[in-house]
Amino acid sequence: MTIDTGESEALQPAKAVFYNDPKVRAVFWQIVAVVGVIAMFWFLIHNTITNLDRQNIASGFSFMDLEAGFAIGEGMVTYTPANTYWRAILVGLLNTIKVAVIGIVFATIIGSVVGVMRLSPNWLVARLATVYIESLRNVPLLLQLFFWYALIVGILPRAKEAYGPFLGVYLSNRGFNIPLPDTWGYMGLLAGFLIALVAVMWLRRRNKKIHDETGEIKNTLGPGMLIFAVVMMVGWLAGGAPTTLDSPEFKGFSFTGGGEVTSEFLALWLGLTLYTAAFIAEIVRSGIEAVSKGQWEAARSLGLKRGQILRFIVLPQALRVIIPPTTSQYLNLTKNSSLAVAIGYPDIVGVTNTTINQSGQAIEGIAIIMAVYLTLSLSISLFMNWYNTKLALVER
Amino acid sequence: MANAQEAAAPNLGPAVELRHMHKWYGEFHVLKDINLTVRHGERVVVCGPSGSGKSTMIRCINRLEEHQRGHLFVDGLELTNDLKQIEAIRKEVGMVFQHFNLFPHMTVLENLILGPTWVRKIPRKEAIETAMMYLERVKIPEQAHKFPGQLSGGQQQRVAIARSLCMKPKIMLFDEPTSALDPEMIKEVLDVMIELAEEGMTMVCVTHEMGFARTVGDTMVFMDEGEIVEMEAPEEFFSNPKNERTQLFLSQILSH
Ligand SMILES: Nc1ncnc2c1ncn2[C@@H]1O[C@H](COP(=O)(O)OP(=O)(O)OP(=O)(O)O)[C@@H](O)[C@H]1O
Ligand SMILES: [Mg+2]
Repeated sequence: MTIDTGESEALQPAKAVFYNDPKVRAVFWQIVAVVGVIAMFWFLIHNTITNLDRQNIASGFSFMDLEAGFAIGEGMVTYTPANTYWRAILVGLLNTIKVAVIGIVFATIIGSVVGVMRLSPNWLVARLATVYIESLRNVPLLLQLFFWYALIVGILPRAKEAYGPFLGVYLSNRGFNIPLPDTWGYMGLLAGFLIALVAVMWLRRRNKKIHDETGEIKNTLGPGMLIFAVVMMVGWLAGGAPTTLDSPEFKGFSFTGGGEVTSEFLALWLGLTLYTAAFIAEIVRSGIEAVSKGQWEAARSLGLKRGQILRFIVLPQALRVIIPPTTSQYLNLTKNSSLAVAIGYPDIVGVTNTTINQSGQAIEGIAIIMAVYLTLSLSISLFMNWYNTKLALVER
Repeated sequence: MANAQEAAAPNLGPAVELRHMHKWYGEFHVLKDINLTVRHGERVVVCGPSGSGKSTMIRCINRLEEHQRGHLFVDGLELTNDLKQIEAIRKEVGMVFQHFNLFPHMTVLENLILGPTWVRKIPRKEAIETAMMYLERVKIPEQAHKFPGQLSGGQQQRVAIARSLCMKPKIMLFDEPTSALDPEMIKEVLDVMIELAEEGMTMVCVTHEMGFARTVGDTMVFMDEGEIVEMEAPEEFFSNPKNERTQLFLSQILSH
């Protein structure tokens, strides 16, 4: 190169030889990877289809329209053995979603409480939390499921001699039988709840506005609870003030009326929740500890109260550390729910297994299970990532 | 209410008074019989070797540390276990730390108005005006909407000083405010502190910046092994230190 290059050329940085340019290299390796993956899938699929043809097994999902012919222990939609395989698999899917969602909610609550307890200055409280965490996360989940199932089935009496009713609830080795609202009148109560929720959110915003404008700090909790009590009461009265419940009753060989929480669901839910909560507790503890002591001190020296420090300073920073590993725990819980097979809870894996055994369509069955878990996992990931970026944006 | 209280009491007593104060960390006797009186408007500079208890002493003044024996009064109020009393005192005492301790998830402006809006209960608009005024005074108004991580160390420390000032404290505590800074940033922070001193702020400042001590200090306090060894006006302290340990310390710190 000479020093006297033209001006337009001088503005461009010198170019590397194309095969040394990192951008070119990146594109090259991506093409190689994509071609490799496609080739591998084509090989697998082609091979499988040829083999199936040779054994005269039809591929495709047309068998799903046939009658399932097997019973399922419990479900959230009506189902009889005369329904199709589609319906059976829907029941399994809903059962998986049910135990995963309820498990995640309770694991989060219990995990947060235990994590904060572990940081307590009270020796006994901190010790109890440690014992909980260490004993639950160090025993295989499958064993814990067997334990809870054996406990429920072994300790509680047969349905005929069920304990209770405690507030209308019967406990037996089949599970818990609970009373349920029985008329549309209860919709008034529900409507009241929703209206109160909106009203309290409005109150919160108004209090924030008042704080911004005058500096006055108004309590939302007290008036909020009052709003809930009054509006729900009004809703209940508007619905005709229903007082009866559809209560379970033991007739002949089993309970009729009310709702049933089966011992299989209980055992699975308890096991998943308590096991995952132990991990979440550790995540919460380390998240709070990750906020340096200096942050507490600076906030305290400004005169902020402990609750305000947690709300404005510590939790926002801790949450950013807590959320990514917690997402993994949610995914683990969802996938671990497939251990349901071991205690006979009819989740998606259990139902699909039966389907495969009856129809012989193993590949389709596995594909369904994979599609379900992939969809559930991706939904959880997407939601949590969205939540995380929302928090992260607050910073930068 | 707060204003009426402020206006009513041109407190004639001392701003800070430590009487026979002791503190232990377990078995370890960190502070031994500390007696110190700081008048309103007085600037006290505390120095001493590492581990002598300087930080511990000033952190007791706003109850980041608890003392175990003796009495500690701030603006006439005694510091006890009473949470209300502690909060009342913390409102009046600002503190600046060695490592700034800004809130990293909030902008500079949000850092500055947090205390005023939630502790002093001042309208947000007014708090923002005050905050901008102090940012102006520490000479970084253009950084108001940045996050602490985007500022230099010197700028961060000036924000931290402004954050304390926004609470309109009567007393300011500084714990080695410049010792985490690069040399070229020390001056910009000291300049702000000198200005503050000239306006008559009551200050207790742990620092080894002896130039600063000479310029603004009314009283020099030398600590060693948890005791106040010497307490003197700066001229006397630097030219004619009485205690051997002070002499040794000064010869070490001034020689390099
Ligand atoms: N939380 C604590 N627990 C036990 N000992 C402590 C604690 N904090 C400080 N100490 C000890 O107390 C003594 C005084 O500490 P302090 O931080 O007050 O010293 P300092 O004079 O500020 O020193 P430096 O110049 O290094 O900041 C030191 O010996 C230190 O090890
Ligand atoms: Mg120190």
